[in-house]
Amino acid sequence: MSIAVKHVNHIYGKDTKLSVQALVDIDLEITDGEFIGIIGHTGSGKSTLIQELNGLLKPSSGVVFYNGEDISGKSFDRKKLHSKVGLVFQYPEHQLFEVDVLSDVAFGPKNLGLSKDEAKERAKEALKKVGIPEEYYNQSPFDLSGGEKRRVAIAGVLAMQPEVLILDEPTAGLDPKGRDEILDQVKKLKEDTKMTVILVSHSMEDIAKYVDRIIVMNKGNIVYDDVPKKIFENYKELEEIGLSAPKVTYIMNHLAKEGFPVETNATTIKEAKEEILKKISKNRK
Amino acid sequence: MEIIKAEKIAYDYIKHDEEGNVEGKIRAIEELDISIKQGEFVAILGHNGSGKSTLAKHMNAILSPTEGTLWVDGKDTSEEELIWDIRQTAGMVFQNPDNQIIGQVVEEDVGFGPENMGVPTQEIWDRVEESLKAVGMYEFRKHSPNKLSGGQKQRVSIAGVIAMHPKCIVLDEPTAMLDPVGRKEVIRVIRALNQVENVTIILITHYMDEAIYADRIYVMDEGKIELQGTPKEVFSQVEKLQSLRLDVPQVTLLAYELKKEGFSIPDGIIFEKEFVEELKKHSILT
Repeated sequence: MSIAVKHVNHIYGKDTKLSVQALVDIDLEITDGEFIGIIGHTGSGKSTLIQELNGLLKPSSGVVFYNGEDISGKSFDRKKLHSKVGLVFQYPEHQLFEVDVLSDVAFGPKNLGLSKDEAKERAKEALKKVGIPEEYYNQSPFDLSGGEKRRVAIAGVLAMQPEVLILDEPTAGLDPKGRDEILDQVKKLKEDTKMTVILVSHSMEDIAKYVDRIIVMNKGNIVYDDVPKKIFENYKELEEIGLSAPKVTYIMNHLAKEGFPVETNATTIKEAKEEILKKISKNRK
Repeated sequence: MEIIKAEKIAYDYIKHDEEGNVEGKIRAIEELDISIKQGEFVAILGHNGSGKSTLAKHMNAILSPTEGTLWVDGKDTSEEELIWDIRQTAGMVFQNPDNQIIGQVVEEDVGFGPENMGVPTQEIWDRVEESLKAVGMYEFRKHSPNKLSGGQKQRVSIAGVIAMHPKCIVLDEPTAMLDPVGRKEVIRVIRALNQVENVTIILITHYMDEAIYADRIYVMDEGKIELQGTPKEVFSQVEKLQSLRLDVPQVTLLAYELKKEGFSIPDGIIFEKEFVEELKKHSILT
């Protein structure tokens, strides 16, 4: 067991007129090596939750455990937690600042107290993992394309060698190929290193394609926590809370309504295609 | 007359070194022609760095072409004294609503544009009311923008543009930061403005599913128009689009995959309904 969240509440501006309860009695367990998706409309509490997981925010009440230790505990090393649970914020490329790509990625490990050479080694390793070629190491990060910048920013977090990687909307604003590249890279990384990955996204298609477990948030509560197929069966309920199902799920439901004998729970193009090939004959011209 | 017309425009971003000397140039737009009629709904697709946003910024004179000419409603955007006219004709909505909203109260924010234009006070209020109603945000007029969802904020941004009575609205990835329902709300508002008010819409997006409602699509690559046509024509070219780092709508991709497996489905299926109809026509239930 890697992360356990027990009865966590989070209230912003507590005891003021403007207080907002962002998390309501959250209970959650995340096991090593999981690939989890978190979905929820804007303001549902997703960002608050992920910041609790790496100790950037402290719960108003309740406890977050990392490998069995209370992360708010006095003896707990929070700085180490920030590196073990790596958080990639939205538009992380806005946080690039160094003169060249390699120094930017090496900044984190250097801050952890590693020597300059060790930090550079870590940076090179991380850049390799996100598919940034060596020619770029000495270039200014600001001269790269949007997708490349974002990958450099992700490498900056990977260079800390986290055990858990949390990505908040890593594909927002990227072109379709750029979206696939980043997520394929993350998937490969997860398979190679067995790290836990938590993906926050507004793209139901991406979520369906990559994760094994989906947590659905609404008004600070976890309303569903299940495998993608089960989650998207509730597409009508999801719509009521600002979400939807992947497009193909709608297509399959439409086919079923028209009398085609198909299962409606496909969530990816591949699954939909297989189901149609299995159930619908193409003989008649 | 065309609302937007460009003839052989090119645009160079100039790179300066620390002393301000010209260090190099990057050509973002190259020999580009476009022509968009009043009342059209045009989508512009293209990968990151293909020149879409640079082109968009030409449409309300934030940038003016290094070579060639671009006219907005017949006005040459490189003529400095026409800039304010041009910006009233072509309004712009950006990706991040938080960077566009300045008012403390929704109605104040929407009134900012017309106030700046010198519209008389009573008319400002009329315009604010009409604009907020057009985007379905009238009941929120007294709210603080901070408390709104992403989709609602973006609709307030659009209302702020509509209040200036533009003939044309250019939207640069207006849904990139929104959740699924927010995205739908914004697209619904855009389509209604186009169909009911005859406002010209130019929508830049990375979501192929949003481009299917357009009358026409331009696909950009390396600063040029690489493909153009109706959504049906453009999305028929699945492999070509993929080679341009793009994609096709999900239903189009599913139809394409099934066709490869021997289903007789025509190219360029873009609506779910069409797809279901085609399957009904060409297959038997087993």
